Amino acid sequence: MGDKLIYLDHAATTFVKPEVVETMLPYFTHKFGNASSIYTIGRESKKAVEEARDKVAMALGAQSREIFFTGSGTEADNWAIKGVAYANKAKGNHIITTAIEHPAVLNTCQYLESEGFEVTYLPVDENGLVTPEQVAEAIKPNTILVTIMFANNEIGTIQPISEIGRVTKEKGVYLHVDAVQAVGNVPINVVDMNIDLLSLSGHKFYGPKGVGALYIRKGVKVTSFIHGGHQERGRRASTENVPAIVGLGKAIELATKNLEEYNRKLLTLREKTIEEITKRIPFVKLNGDRHKRLPGNINFSFEYIEGESLLLMLDMKGIAASSGSACTSGSLDPSHVLLAIGLPHEIAHGSLRITFGEENTQEDVDYLLDSLVTIVERLREMSPLYENVKRGNQNV
Amino acid sequence: MYSDKVMDHFMNPRNVGEIENADGVGQVGNAKCGDIMKMYLKIENDVIVDAKFKTFGCGAAVATSSMATELVVGKTVEEALNITNKAVADALDGLPPAKMHCSNLAEEAITAAIEDYKRRNGLLDEKDECTACSRRCDDVHHHHMEEEE
Repeated sequence: MGDKLIYLDHAATTFVKPEVVETMLPYFTHKFGNASSIYTIGRESKKAVEEARDKVAMALGAQSREIFFTGSGTEADNWAIKGVAYANKAKGNHIITTAIEHPAVLNTCQYLESEGFEVTYLPVDENGLVTPEQVAEAIKPNTILVTIMFANNEIGTIQPISEIGRVTKEKGVYLHVDAVQAVGNVPINVVDMNIDLLSLSGHKFYGPKGVGALYIRKGVKVTSFIHGGHQERGRRASTENVPAIVGLGKAIELATKNLEEYNRKLLTLREKTIEEITKRIPFVKLNGDRHKRLPGNINFSFEYIEGESLLLMLDMKGIAASSGSACTSGSLDPSHVLLAIGLPHEIAHGSLRITFGEENTQEDVDYLLDSLVTIVERLREMSPLYENVKRGNQNV
Repeated sequence: MYSDKVMDHFMNPRNVGEIENADGVGQVGNAKCGDIMKMYLKIENDVIVDAKFKTFGCGAAVATSSMATELVVGKTVEEALNITNKAVADALDGLPPAKMHCSNLAEEAITAAIEDYKRRNGLLDEKDECTACSRRCDDVHHHHMEEEE
């Protein structure tokens, strides 16, 4: 294996940019004050937190007082969904979501079902898209919340959030958007898009892990999430993780500034990889929408082979990627997203997700492609499912 | 999560392929569950003299197939039938709990191939028939779920 590392799993997490680390470091050491303390180093921490809040607000087109820091994207999702559900119980108990949400949303919704809430899981089409019409039709008099991800973490499909926002606004229902995969990859404006709540996570755009944020539009009724001190205006108590918050602020600032250039770079890598895989390897299927997808996301199914084997062999060549096979999910079934877009189990088991990022190059793509061609061929030679295909071809 | 021995048998699997005119062939598992094992045996005078396999599945599935072929060669038919899933896993220095079902598959593949051999040679008791017919995957998986609890 050696020391070679070609990291192609940026949807899982990213490295922290050196300039982000640099802005964080003083807040671990000499600027360590508690942001709630009144003396100078306390006030410095408070100021740093508020500057980070301004940066997040700026990136989303929100006001600073609408941004609340959390411990993760998952926490932000939990807060948004449970917070809206509990605060609006008197109005109704119906929540609408989709079949392809991240577990942070799906399992929160399932929990709320056990608490007496009613949840509609909208199906998606073969590319993973929901339509604004589906949302409109699902809204009932007792609907209080629609929660839909901006972009899917596995297949990269980008939902028509603006159009859905128009529907929810017109019907007077809150819209929560899990934008963990989208922030830093897609332009977002919460006002233009009529988004009421939005979750994000620092480590998906070259910020640190363990810090996220929830945007809560002014006037939206949400219960407090962690009870304790007065931090985050009493909505989410806990001593602020100042270095992480500062890092998230710097990272989102950089991501927004470089968005266009970053997008162009990822798109070039993505398009070349999709074209070459389709050309050089038979029996493959691109999962997710061909165009309405995250600029760095590729998800292919390779028929007759299994995803974990593929990942292990790629790892031996120094390539880090991801799969939706059951063997990698640790459950009985392959990815719920791949099943929801209609893939049969056996095709879903053979999926590979590649997500490009900042440090990837054309050379990485060439190396990946050469490795993939060899590995897929090798695994197929070993696969009893492929024998019949080969025989079939010979007969033709 | 995998032992070095599992990784070795995965990256350099022994006995991959088919045996022409095999004396017994068994296939277990199904594509829906994400693993299929097909085992070919050459049997002379009741002794397994060669074994080959083809597997669709995860790293553990490939490694257990490879190890199973190594374990059966040189054994009599009856000895081979006594190879347990635990023996296959132990020979690989263990498997992660969530992957133990792969070793069940290896044990079943051996049994299925030997049953095929017996069937062809009129040695099969009716009561023995089809003990290793590919089970549904939830049976196999249930098994490991219970082990995990």
